[in-house]
Amino acid sequence: MSKSLLYDATMCIGCKQCEAGCAEQNRLPYNDQIAAEQVTSDHKFTTVVAKQEKYMRRLCMHCQDPACASVCPVAALRKTPAGPVIYEEARCMGCRYCMVACPFAVPKYEWAKVLPKVQKCIMCPDRIAAGKQTACAEACPTGATKFGERDELIREAQERIRANPSNYVPHVFGVEEVGGTSVLMLSGIPFDQWNMRLSDLPSDPLPLYTYKVLSRIPDFIPLGGIVLGGVWWITHRRDEVAEAEAAEQASKEAGKKNGGAR
Amino acid sequence: MKFKFTFWKLVFAIIMVLGGYATVIRFTQGLGASTNMSDQYPWGIWIGFDVLCGVMLAAGGFTLTGAVHILNVKRLEPIVRPTVLTAFAGYLLVSIALMYDLGRPYRIWHPLVMRNPHSVMFEVAMCVMCYTTVLALEFSPIVLERFNLHKPLKFIKAALIPLVILGCILSTLHQSSLGTMYLIMPEKLHPFWYSPLLPVFFFISAIAVGLAMTIFESSISSRVFGRQLELPIIQELGRILLVVLSVYAILRFEDLYHRGVLHQAFIPQYETYFFWLEIIMTAIAPILLLSIRKVRMSPGGLYFCAVLTVLGFITNRLNVSITGLEHWVGRHYLPSWTEFSVTASMVAGGFALFGLAVKYLPIFEDEHEHKPRLSAPQAVEPAAPLSSTTVVTDAGD
Repeated sequence: MSKSLLYDATMCIGCKQCEAGCAEQNRLPYNDQIAAEQVTSDHKFTTVVAKQEKYMRRLCMHCQDPACASVCPVAALRKTPAGPVIYEEARCMGCRYCMVACPFAVPKYEWAKVLPKVQKCIMCPDRIAAGKQTACAEACPTGATKFGERDELIREAQERIRANPSNYVPHVFGVEEVGGTSVLMLSGIPFDQWNMRLSDLPSDPLPLYTYKVLSRIPDFIPLGGIVLGGVWWITHRRDEVAEAEAAEQASKEAGKKNGGAR
Repeated sequence: MKFKFTFWKLVFAIIMVLGGYATVIRFTQGLGASTNMSDQYPWGIWIGFDVLCGVMLAAGGFTLTGAVHILNVKRLEPIVRPTVLTAFAGYLLVSIALMYDLGRPYRIWHPLVMRNPHSVMFEVAMCVMCYTTVLALEFSPIVLERFNLHKPLKFIKAALIPLVILGCILSTLHQSSLGTMYLIMPEKLHPFWYSPLLPVFFFISAIAVGLAMTIFESSISSRVFGRQLELPIIQELGRILLVVLSVYAILRFEDLYHRGVLHQAFIPQYETYFFWLEIIMTAIAPILLLSIRKVRMSPGGLYFCAVLTVLGFITNRLNVSITGLEHWVGRHYLPSWTEFSVTASMVAGGFALFGLAVKYLPIFEDEHEHKPRLSAPQAVEPAAPLSSTTVVTDAGD
């Protein structure tokens, strides 16, 4: 039971209503100048990128197993069962590991502030909790951004490709990428042209790569202790034995001397 | 006490003034105004150098204490103290540097209570915190001795072996984990540097750098403090360094070969140049040089190889943290003057801390054995003319 967004680039008309709706929901400034910005930033959580008559939305993909949440040392970022990857500002100490780890470069930082925080799309968790759809989905006049159950949306996306194969690249972005995401995308032109390099993204969740190593630590600590302690015992035992032998030798010799003197 | 204004003191003063000015900018205007970091480069040299290299440069602490107390290599005993001092100073400076880099430095304690055991950064934070404590305890006998506090001294000495073992475990964990941190980005880091073996590479290279730094600081202190160079000891270190570097080089080569990226090393591109720079300085040059007996036995040769190794692995860490990501990001990153100044003042601070500790604490064994002579006002000065060259001639064989 997790909520998702399906974005169909072929239905998008580039009206940027989603941007405006997002800005209003998150109390971010929005004007013509910001509307013209083609990158997401600390004041713009979603953007519609234009390429001639084609459009592509960029926003947090809300991974099923998010790298950002796995790397956060203070668990400020968290994947909720409902779908959204949320951010608890009060925990964040600003290490920015999430920004480095995110395969989609989504988390942005308030570089201009003295006490900055991370900013990103959090998929309107309050609205979802209230049974409503996200602000962007609600604002979309063409249904290009659709809110719903993930399983159902995947089925629908596949159905759209099957019904209209000439319209789409035969791939639903987000089903398998980095273990699956809660934002699914359909495109009429190859995703690589939107700088979403499919070939680079593994289908394994990224946290697996670090977990393979991290999960060994609980075994390593006692094992390391025993091995190092054992090595210490052997090396120092040798010294003790050598000392004891030398002492024995000395006492024997002393004994002989004493015996001779007697 | 007379204060002599030397060239190096002038350099130190300039670095510190610039660093102080940069500090003011950093904490009054924020990271954006004071650094060239951005959403594309969330981590700059404050992580790449101050933290990654800082921790690596302080690796001599666990390497030497482990060798002397666990492996029982008694010959290395006389240099344990300066090495523990370097490590302790190093970790203190890393902690200070981290305060510059964190967006909210006053929340640095958060990992203690808001744990996320799946985070490599969490593990590094805990290990570094614990290990700095261990280092403080390992270092404490020096301070306790200075003030003749025998009771706590006895206590620490009794706990020494468990402490050293703990230190070795913690160091193994976080030295390697600094490499594990980069395992999360298979799609971003250039294949020259992204490898499942990153944690192993970081760990082995930390040992190599620990040994090289010990050679480096022994050579420097013999010059600066006019002490006799412990040539047999650094020759021994040179031998071990050769072995460690060889193991590293073989593993590095095997890894590149099996991942099928070796051919890329001959395609002229931006990353290739940095790759070769690193490989020559960490593998080819020091291994070839140290294989020559004459070089391995001479103080000059050992010093050169040590510096080469240290600079080589600094290049490696910067390659992993910056160069290797530039292709993915699509543009270059160059630190701002403020970033450079802060980093430079950390390095300068390290030298200063070491110098002060040597001056006021019984760091070098031979000095605290001759304690009574130290109290004579001129005892420190006459040692100065004894340059390393005189030592070379009588220990040249």
